[in-house]
Amino acid sequence: MSTKQKMIATLDGNEAAAYIAYRVNEVCAIYPITPSSTMAELADEWAAKGIKNIWGNIPDVIEMQSEGGAAGTVHGALQTGSLTTTFTASQGLMLMLPNMYKIAGELTAAVFHVAARSLAAQGLSIFGDHQDVMAARSTGFAMLGSASIQEAHDFALISQAASLRSRIPFIHFFDGFRTSHEVNKLELIPDDQIRQMIPDELVFAHRNRSLSPDNPFIRGTAQNPDVYFQGRETVNPFYTATPGIVEEIMNAFAKMTGRKYELFEYTGAPDAERIIILMGSGSETVEETAKLLNSRGEKTGVISVRLFRPFSLAHLLKAMPETVKSIAVLDRTKEPGASGEPLYQDILTSLVEAMQEGNLKKMPKLIGGRYGLSSKEFTPAMAKSVFDELKKDHPKNHFTIGINDDVSFTSLEYDPAFTLDESEWRQGLFFGLGADGTVGANKNSIKIIGENTPLYAQGYFVYDSKKSGARTVSHLRFGPKPIRAPYLISQADFVACHQFNFLYKVEMLEFAKQGGTFLLNSAYDKNEVWDKLPAAAQKFMIDKKLKFYVIDATTVARDTGMSGRINTIMQTCFFALSGVLPREEAIAEIKKTIEKTYYKKGKAVIEQNFQAVDATLDHLYEVTVPATVTGKFVSLTDVVAAEAPDFVKNITAKMMVGHGDDLPVSMMPIDGTYPSGTTQWEKRNISDQVPVWDPETCIQCGNCAYVCPHSVIRAKFYHEDNLKKAPEEFPSAPINSRGFPETRYTLQVYVEDCTGCNLCVEVCPATNPGDRSRKAINMDEKEPILEKEKANIKHFENITWNDRSMIDFSTVHGAQFLEPLFEFSGACAGCGETPYLKLLSQLYGDRLLVANATGCSSIYGGNLPTTPWAVNKEGKGPAWSNSLFEDNAEFGLGMRISTDKHTAVARELLTELGAQAGQPLTDSILNATQVLESEVIDQRKRVAELKEKLSTIDGDRARQLLSLSDNLVNRSVWLVGGDGWAYDIGYGGLDHVLASGRNVNVLVLDTEVYSNTGGQASKSTPIAATAKFAAAGKSIGKKDLAMQAISYGNVYVARVAFGANPQQTLLAMREAEAYDGPSLILAYSHCIAHGYDLRDGLDQQQKAVHSGYWPLIRYNPTLRKKKQNPFILDSARPTIGLKDYAYNELRYKVLTRTHPEQAEKLMKLAQEMVNLRWKNYEELATLPASDFVPVA
Amino acid sequence: MDLRTTYMGLELSSPIVVSASTLSQETHHIVEMEEQGAGAVVLFSLFEEQIRAEAARYASVRNATSHMFAEASDFFPNLETYETGTEEYLEKIWAAKAQVEIPIIASLNGITSEGWIEYSRQIEQAGADALEINIFFIPGDIHVSASEVEHRYLNIITEVRNTVKIPVAVKLNPYFSSMGNMAMRMQKAGADALVLFNRFYQPDFDIHELKILSNLQYSGSNEIRLPLLWIAMLYGRVPASLAATTGVESANEVIKYLLAGADVAMTASALYKNGIGYLKTMKNDLDQWMEDMEFSAVKDFKGILSQQNISDPTAFERANYIKVLHSKR
Repeated sequence: MSTKQKMIATLDGNEAAAYIAYRVNEVCAIYPITPSSTMAELADEWAAKGIKNIWGNIPDVIEMQSEGGAAGTVHGALQTGSLTTTFTASQGLMLMLPNMYKIAGELTAAVFHVAARSLAAQGLSIFGDHQDVMAARSTGFAMLGSASIQEAHDFALISQAASLRSRIPFIHFFDGFRTSHEVNKLELIPDDQIRQMIPDELVFAHRNRSLSPDNPFIRGTAQNPDVYFQGRETVNPFYTATPGIVEEIMNAFAKMTGRKYELFEYTGAPDAERIIILMGSGSETVEETAKLLNSRGEKTGVISVRLFRPFSLAHLLKAMPETVKSIAVLDRTKEPGASGEPLYQDILTSLVEAMQEGNLKKMPKLIGGRYGLSSKEFTPAMAKSVFDELKKDHPKNHFTIGINDDVSFTSLEYDPAFTLDESEWRQGLFFGLGADGTVGANKNSIKIIGENTPLYAQGYFVYDSKKSGARTVSHLRFGPKPIRAPYLISQADFVACHQFNFLYKVEMLEFAKQGGTFLLNSAYDKNEVWDKLPAAAQKFMIDKKLKFYVIDATTVARDTGMSGRINTIMQTCFFALSGVLPREEAIAEIKKTIEKTYYKKGKAVIEQNFQAVDATLDHLYEVTVPATVTGKFVSLTDVVAAEAPDFVKNITAKMMVGHGDDLPVSMMPIDGTYPSGTTQWEKRNISDQVPVWDPETCIQCGNCAYVCPHSVIRAKFYHEDNLKKAPEEFPSAPINSRGFPETRYTLQVYVEDCTGCNLCVEVCPATNPGDRSRKAINMDEKEPILEKEKANIKHFENITWNDRSMIDFSTVHGAQFLEPLFEFSGACAGCGETPYLKLLSQLYGDRLLVANATGCSSIYGGNLPTTPWAVNKEGKGPAWSNSLFEDNAEFGLGMRISTDKHTAVARELLTELGAQAGQPLTDSILNATQVLESEVIDQRKRVAELKEKLSTIDGDRARQLLSLSDNLVNRSVWLVGGDGWAYDIGYGGLDHVLASGRNVNVLVLDTEVYSNTGGQASKSTPIAATAKFAAAGKSIGKKDLAMQAISYGNVYVARVAFGANPQQTLLAMREAEAYDGPSLILAYSHCIAHGYDLRDGLDQQQKAVHSGYWPLIRYNPTLRKKKQNPFILDSARPTIGLKDYAYNELRYKVLTRTHPEQAEKLMKLAQEMVNLRWKNYEELATLPASDFVPVA
Repeated sequence: MDLRTTYMGLELSSPIVVSASTLSQETHHIVEMEEQGAGAVVLFSLFEEQIRAEAARYASVRNATSHMFAEASDFFPNLETYETGTEEYLEKIWAAKAQVEIPIIASLNGITSEGWIEYSRQIEQAGADALEINIFFIPGDIHVSASEVEHRYLNIITEVRNTVKIPVAVKLNPYFSSMGNMAMRMQKAGADALVLFNRFYQPDFDIHELKILSNLQYSGSNEIRLPLLWIAMLYGRVPASLAATTGVESANEVIKYLLAGADVAMTASALYKNGIGYLKTMKNDLDQWMEDMEFSAVKDFKGILSQQNISDPTAFERANYIKVLHSKR
């Protein structure tokens, strides 16, 4: 082993793996996908910083348009001799499969690093299991699985070395989230040791096999029945040799680092009778469980599978004690319809073969089971249950563990109370808000302890499913030995609640250990806090004899100038109370870290942080826990209203309060079908400040309702009789249209659903003449008005929505009276995308089909437990689905074609059955125009009448028509997605769909980055802006998708920005729908990834338009048909410079700091591009119709 | 003509100096200023609050968007090298120094004691020939006494003086009870030059929109009298260089200031109005005037109309005021 001083770090699995991958490659072709994105981002970041690989050059990191593209690039780079890698997961790996067969078939050395993740089936999941890698097991790639952060680091190197030597490409994988995102202490491999593992001659051999005109040959031929088969068999010796090669490399690695690995690593009793075989992080859990069981006299063991492919029977047999009588194989995947999951099948086959060959004396009992899908917890209790099952004479085969399967009865029971000896650990649980810095501070704590003390540290972070007001739970462990516990904390020594109201939303103290410590951030002091707590929390504290501390972190933060950042304060409390380090030492370490973190920001900032630390200790108080419960009992299961549907009460509500794990299989929809409109039952109350309407000042323009991203503000007009039964304080104003003296107007704020984004106040044009600081809508404290508003909302709900045929859809003012069927989504506060979707749902919601590309809009649009696409009183509403990221245009086209087909068949049938159905009705249905809303409503009535008639007619044709007759009402098909989809991964499909001429409407919610995965650059990212993968500034201009679509001539195209010109947005959406052909709307969507407070989002939209950066246009082929100019420029000539828009946003501004000369150069170019495009657009807007592509 | 002058120890080829303005944000402008005859250039101001506000904004955006949900731990490339403001400024000094021969005077507008010290140190290290400190402080709090305000100024000067070795000019405002005494104390505290005067932000109102207007107006030649008075008063009495910086629209004002005793006259508004090339016109006009007046060097006429050099020094005092009042009748 090296005598060098050990390099200790605390990293997550992604960084641990990428650290090596970056150093042993020359090219990285990347594409973001959760949970692997971090690896790619780090590679890009390191390259931007000039960090070199072990050969002293900076790897070339290129972002591609999709994983398919990345794989192609990897293939090409490999074929020309570069050491090349990529990082991916899940659907990304699926897109790489075709190339992987090629790469393996050509015996090309390469490693793909995979943060293994679930595949989208009945629903998408971003979380971890082995479904993706298992789907790749036939590609010919070797597969090496890491079970921990240290292994992710070590195996990244071992796989690279083995691949170069064996010529077999490797998938190096580890569990998504559990390993990729867990932070743990590890030893880093120094560069000289990495270099030692990658001999030059193997690198030269790799290069020598590459394509070169200096040594020409062809590779990639087309082969025929005569030789393909034999060709396929040529590679066998390479696969046969690979396990031995990996073993040798592991041995060499052990010599060098002291860390010894085996292909099949056995841990446990040498004379074990019962063993579990598994792969990935779960093996640590089973190993630790076996250790405990063995200490109690049991004979158990574990085989942790490292090298899954090529599968080596010999190594398996070598690892397995001869005493084994029964084996359970655990697969973290599901292969429906198979005779067993892959690892189980391999083990079974191996043992049977071994028996046949006489290498195994007695066939052990063998069972297989599934565990841990989509990061489902896998705990020592579950491992014990599997060991216990193996004791039985007839253990259950094809079992599941960790769920309650009351349908197929596959599940094993387990005792959740069983835990390992956790006495050496100090365990902390922290409940924070997504944006309050809790996770960041905890990562910091782990670094402090992991890197500055001999202690080991582990951190894992759990997020909820919403983007705004999301709760985070940090699980931290500290101990004197390496922490091998890849599961959540159930018995915490220390529980911290960083947000007081969480106490009413989650029973966090159930996870506190007897005698543990509870720290609460509370505005109430030590004398008054007790009575403010819910009864359940009080009871836990009394029963568990918890030590209880309070701190008013918000006030301390404010008083020490750290306003809004309670993280340092709460972190200090943790160090002071948790006992992980002696108090004084802990505080000294925090201060050291502060100095390190802020040294560039100057003494003042450091002092400010020091003061915050000192003030924290002065304001941290212990509360004497009284002996009696005085608080109110709040049942977490009563979170939804009594009138909620059963599904919501029985299923959704359980997920909402964090008890989804307890739902049995029988409660789950069998095919991924969930009821619409469930966000209305989840009153999240995430904002203390909510808009309050001032009827006196209001001019009833509807702007606030229009821009509200969460459909929290709604308007109705109604007869004054509706006020008779209204609550006393129900606000109302006479409608401001003349001639309706008895009509009243109410603007209702759904205060419990508000995220506090402020857009409504920003957009309000009316100022209170009596108090010019107030508008017609103002943010005020919610608490004092909450009960009143709840009553008002109830009354407002009872007022019928206005008759759609009576509303002028063509104005913003009119649109406010349309019921939104997209409401209360989990999108970020102030989201710039959702107002478009809400408007879409208002305009066409009752006949809307939405194909939604994966991304932000599919997450806030379709992430459980509650979803925002809603249903109106008639039971009509948007039908929404998400297929994939890459295929959304095609998916939506499929919806259109299907709808058109069914409409055509229905019309044929109706024509045929005309007389039976009644000729006048038939004719009116067949000849109806359905352009105006009133026409659609009439058609609906006619179809209802038809259905009634058909139900009385006997006969096959009538029944056929009945099943299709709803299609006689026009359906509006919208293909929705972000720029990552439309500009990059789905661009080819989108292009094809636009060229199809079919009547689909495409809405691109353009945030100019991959927002959902964390702000990576797309081809929509503008020049001069930074983004991940464009840290040095994007140097190529944004693709003009509008002009590309316009070039077809028959595509309706609009570029809109609701914050700049809401009327134009509305017009474009209506024209797109009215146009009988493909339509494309590019919608400016401000986003947190732009880097400013989104309350200024509308202002930025205006600046985007006024600077000419985002010219508002419409291209209407209908006008071309009428021999008019179809190109309409809706915005005025630029009045401000691009800088005046761009430099309000961090994404642009940042470049002026990090790369000032580049920023200046790119901004100049960007301005030139804006000028040029404006000039071109102006010319287009003045051309005669004949200068545009004619339309058929 | 010999236009040379000495300004806080710096030898300048001309007494016409470009004052702190956005014009100097572009290095090629500074090159042009030199070509057109500027004696020196005061760079645009580095505003501490801007740096702090940007740092705070940056931190708050990062904070508010980090670790919000499982898929995105943050939204921006990791910016360890992100420097909020100073880097860019220091780069400008460096770039300007590399491209021109004339002295580059940096301008710093601080708030906190740490800010003054830290940024002045960095500015010196970046190679600025001198530092002009711009103490922009409106004592809006009516509980703050005059002496507290004065101490604040003096403390800042002392701190900066103790931090850097390059010459330090102080751009000050005229609103001290005893301007002359204050000028002397500033010099004693370490100011090598006094720049007269800073113009405070003075808002206007829009009476129709009932809004405050914050548009900035360039100084005009009618505003030169106050600085002219004080330069004339201070010349020869306070051992510091004097710079005039208000209302220099043409060579006429430059001449007046020099006559009063200024070492340099600074302008930006003339260049905003007429372009950087106007520097040459001003210089030519100055030349012409000197020729007409038969002065061969700036030193020959500098300060000849200062209070100490004229036969009736009271002309600058009350008697002069009374004379003016009488002349209005």
